[in-house]
Amino acid sequence: MLPCTGRIDESLLLKAFENGADGVMVVGCLEGDCHYVSGNIRARARVKRVYDILDKIKIGPDRIRMYNLSAGEGSKFAAYANEFVERVRELGQSPINRVRAGQAHAVSQKEAT
Amino acid sequence: MITGTPKPIEEIMEMIESYDNIILAGCHGCVTVCRVGGEKEVQVLASTLRLAREASGKPIKIREVSLERQCDPEYVEQMRPYVEDYQAVLSIACGAGIQFLAEKFTTTPLLPGINTGFLGVTERQGEWAERCQGCGDCVLHLTGGICPVTRCAKSLFHGPCGGSVQGICEVDKSVKCGWQLIIDRLKALDQMDNYTKFKPFKGWSSARDGGPRRIIREDMI
Repeated sequence: MLPCTGRIDESLLLKAFENGADGVMVVGCLEGDCHYVSGNIRARARVKRVYDILDKIKIGPDRIRMYNLSAGEGSKFAAYANEFVERVRELGQSPINRVRAGQAHAVSQKEAT
Repeated sequence: MITGTPKPIEEIMEMIESYDNIILAGCHGCVTVCRVGGEKEVQVLASTLRLAREASGKPIKIREVSLERQCDPEYVEQMRPYVEDYQAVLSIACGAGIQFLAEKFTTTPLLPGINTGFLGVTERQGEWAERCQGCGDCVLHLTGGICPVTRCAKSLFHGPCGGSVQGICEVDKSVKCGWQLIIDRLKALDQMDNYTKFKPFKGWSSARDGGPRRIIREDMI
């Protein structure tokens, strides 16, 4: 949890994928309503850059998305979270996790024999 | 500053294809300022390469390093204790820094992660423009602080050519005529006498034409 999406940079988002995330959802304040003036605008640009990177390296750009809402919109947050989780479920495991799962499976089969 | 642009990720992937462990070296100098080769860019590129390689089933180990400057020996030497533990160094410093690493670490392949651009300025965030070609014989005091070598596409020395139309260069509509800029500035400074002064032909021996240049300051040696 970060106090402002303006603290997010591309490396943090990519690290999440390295650490095994199948998708990353960035939730910032409404645009024009940032307590730190333009943190969420900067975050939007960084999320876009990571979107492009994920596209280029074939991890899949749709695995990252930024949403904007206010602290008072709890039900909307829940709806966005459910929507994103559903979307990532449809996409399935990230290619990284598929490779890791394959390796783990191979190791367990080897151990069994 | 020296500017640069990132190389396409596909090109970098091809360069490192045969390696399993590399150093990714950034620089805290010019390339940090123009957001192409600093500590943050090292982190992002390292993560990107690790993800891409792992997804392709060929993981790679990357040591992330950011030197104060890759163009000064005292900082480059900081890499010496471990550089031979890695198969290659991918540097995202400028061409000078990359070559300096190659000179110092003769048994380790050096790979460029960026395309080095020019000596320029930040016109606004994300936009850089060339201002100096390092010709070694500065005439800015005569030209209102605007360089005819760099700002004129033809590096003319005695006013605009016939391709200057309403202040725009014939080479590209986005390029302002360097000589129009110079004349406008000289007028504003009330220094138009500089424009009409006879200037002998420029000696280019101090520029790149004589091959790689060297500066020796006896007072500093």
